[in-house]
Amino acid sequence: MDHRPQAWGRPRDDVYGAYDASYMQTNGPNQHTQSPVVTGTSVVAIKFKDGVVMAADNLASYGSLARFTDVKRIRTFADTSIVGFGGDVSDMQYLDRHLTELSIDEAYQQTAHTLNARSLHKYLSKLLYHRRSKFDPLWNHLLVAGLDEEGKPFLAAADLLGTTFSSPSLATGFGSMLAQPIMRRYVPDEESVANLTRDKAVEVVRECMKVLFYRDARSLDSYSLAVVTKDGIELSENEKLEKQSWAFADRIKGYGTQTV
Amino acid sequence: MAMFSQNPVLNGPNYSFAEVPKDAVDGLREHRFNPYTDNGGSTLAIAGADFTIMAGDTRLTSGYSINTRYSPKVFKIGGSNSSQDDANILLSVVGFAADGEALKERLDAICKMYRYRHGKPMSVNACAKRLSTIMYQKRFFPYYVYAILGGIDEEGKGAVYSYDPVGSYEREQCRAGGAAGSLIMPFLDNQVNFKNQYVPGSGTGHDLQERERVPLPREEVEVLVKDAFDSAVERHIEVGDALQVVIITKDGIEEKVLPLKKD
Amino acid sequence: MPGFDFSNYNRNAALHARGVPLPKATSTGTTIVGCIFDGGVVIAADTRATSGPIVADKNCEKLHYISPQIWCAGAGTAADTEFTTALISSQLELHSLSTGRKPRVVTCMTLLKQHLFRYQGYIGAYLVVAGVDPTGTHLFTVHAHGSTDKLPYVTMGSGSLAAMSVFESQWKPNCTKEDAIELCSQAIQAGIFNDLGSGSNVDVAVITADKTTLHRGFVKPNERSQKLKNYKFKRGTTAVLNEKIITKDEIGKYVSVHELESVEGEQMDVDS
Repeated sequence: MDHRPQAWGRPRDDVYGAYDASYMQTNGPNQHTQSPVVTGTSVVAIKFKDGVVMAADNLASYGSLARFTDVKRIRTFADTSIVGFGGDVSDMQYLDRHLTELSIDEAYQQTAHTLNARSLHKYLSKLLYHRRSKFDPLWNHLLVAGLDEEGKPFLAAADLLGTTFSSPSLATGFGSMLAQPIMRRYVPDEESVANLTRDKAVEVVRECMKVLFYRDARSLDSYSLAVVTKDGIELSENEKLEKQSWAFADRIKGYGTQTV
Repeated sequence: MAMFSQNPVLNGPNYSFAEVPKDAVDGLREHRFNPYTDNGGSTLAIAGADFTIMAGDTRLTSGYSINTRYSPKVFKIGGSNSSQDDANILLSVVGFAADGEALKERLDAICKMYRYRHGKPMSVNACAKRLSTIMYQKRFFPYYVYAILGGIDEEGKGAVYSYDPVGSYEREQCRAGGAAGSLIMPFLDNQVNFKNQYVPGSGTGHDLQERERVPLPREEVEVLVKDAFDSAVERHIEVGDALQVVIITKDGIEEKVLPLKKD
Repeated sequence: MPGFDFSNYNRNAALHARGVPLPKATSTGTTIVGCIFDGGVVIAADTRATSGPIVADKNCEKLHYISPQIWCAGAGTAADTEFTTALISSQLELHSLSTGRKPRVVTCMTLLKQHLFRYQGYIGAYLVVAGVDPTGTHLFTVHAHGSTDKLPYVTMGSGSLAAMSVFESQWKPNCTKEDAIELCSQAIQAGIFNDLGSGSNVDVAVITADKTTLHRGFVKPNERSQKLKNYKFKRGTTAVLNEKIITKDEIGKYVSVHELESVEGEQMDVDS
């Protein structure tokens, strides 16, 4: 063992060459995360007459590698709201710690006041916008769901630039192209939310997760599903895709002129 | 399907050697985080004799996707509470939506502080100047938005102020901004300011008389706004879904949402 | 030399080196789909053509004729899809004439992929090839780089994901002609309403063993709204800077006039 503490935990010079000390300089420009590393893919969510259904698969990818297959990307906040995370997983875990701290602080206040979903969304979007303005973004696309101050279903998104928007159905990443067209058939506008039942909303979201598994190469067949209503949150973190259909595959022969 | 990658009429003049990019074509290029994006959409404002009308489509896009079909771009500014029902100023923002939201919240906070300290709402021309300084403060990291401010001035006339992203501003009779601004503005020049319209039979050459400019009545302006957006929707892919129309008069603010094509 | 003219290549490369940007064909928006049914195949397309964010054509035709029983839906650079399909259509017709047989879909697909592969993706044509020939019903996609795919249902273009979401959630094996038409129409509409690159109407072509039916404007969900005002100007509104009237008798002062003797020309050779 090398007796010099400076060398501990460093690659050995005789094996890896001299350590490039320029990386250790502290007076250079700050190095921020400029691109995501371990990432989660789509989050999908849809409003129904009494609340919101949200789903996200349990995969964290490292580039094209399916690196972690048991990462839960939906968290609850104060038993009234849920947040779904797409994008960088380490930034998600930072936000998760931050939100836990926030909810504990809130719970300790004398007034026992908690942020509703709208306030939580506002808080998170301001945080994201602040970080992008410091050129040090949190590389996430969030969906926040719950009930607003009037007890009506609330669903909104915020991305790494601080852009915010709300819609009867929302999806991040690949889901915005593959799942949104499916969900918009059921809730094209805010009025149609009142006609969508909970069971139908769950069915639609499950269908979206299946289509995403068929066509998104960075997705998984195990996923988390959350339903938020005035009665609280039901979060199930080990859902499995059911009734997949791959039967058409064995009728396909080749990609062109092949017939056998 | 792309037909012409560079339409000379719509995408500005064709390439000129005077504008050869100065930076080297090869060499190191660093990948950096881009803090901006364009969320599409269009806005327009017209000042009348005793009213101002502001309108914007409600589509929010990123790339070829629609983020939402309902995201209003016209905001009431400077009311005494969060409902903004006693506001006296309108602000429309188009471009980068997050910057637009931040700018709106800042201006609103400033107007609310003014009302609290002075016991009266801010005048439109004071607010217009203040907005200009807010935007110029971020000269080297601008709010990437085209803002239009509207209201009723101290003489009771409709007022429209338009801005560039770094705070240069001007009072105008009408202005269209955003994605389809360049499509709508010539129409407004012709229909509101009667540009290129002459009095028939007034002569030729220097004898020609321009059609007299008169402020349009409210019903006519509302028709122009709807027609302008219906046309913009036909030819611009980022404009559509719904039209938010807000009208401010001495009696207060009226708002309505009309349908637009959703393709 | 047949084919493309590369005589400006060196000049353009030199200009590019000096910093002049190449006139690049921009990214392309379209939704095109195809679906096999029992006894034939359906292809469909939207009708929007764009140049950047501007709609260049609100009702263009993206379903291209190859042969009576083979049709092609095209996404990508408009000129490339039109010329490539026309070129292969012509080659296939000559091939059919020389062999005395009906053209086959695989022949068309192979000619297309070989042509596109040769140009290494520079011909920006993304195609859905469909048809019925003596060997049966076929449906392929051909990418600009020359790769192909064979599936019971396919989508392409910027709206391909929106359209694919319809197929992946509603397609069933052994569908009827009516099912396939409805599915394709719904898929295109998903593209029209969810993808900004796609819009306007749905065109559908149904190919069966005995005939091909082209439904131009099969669904028109985006009719233009009526203007609220009449924008007709009073005569004389536009400025006239100066005016000069030339009568027919004086026209000889400005151009040379020749009297035509016979209108009857030589008849051109055309197919009957």
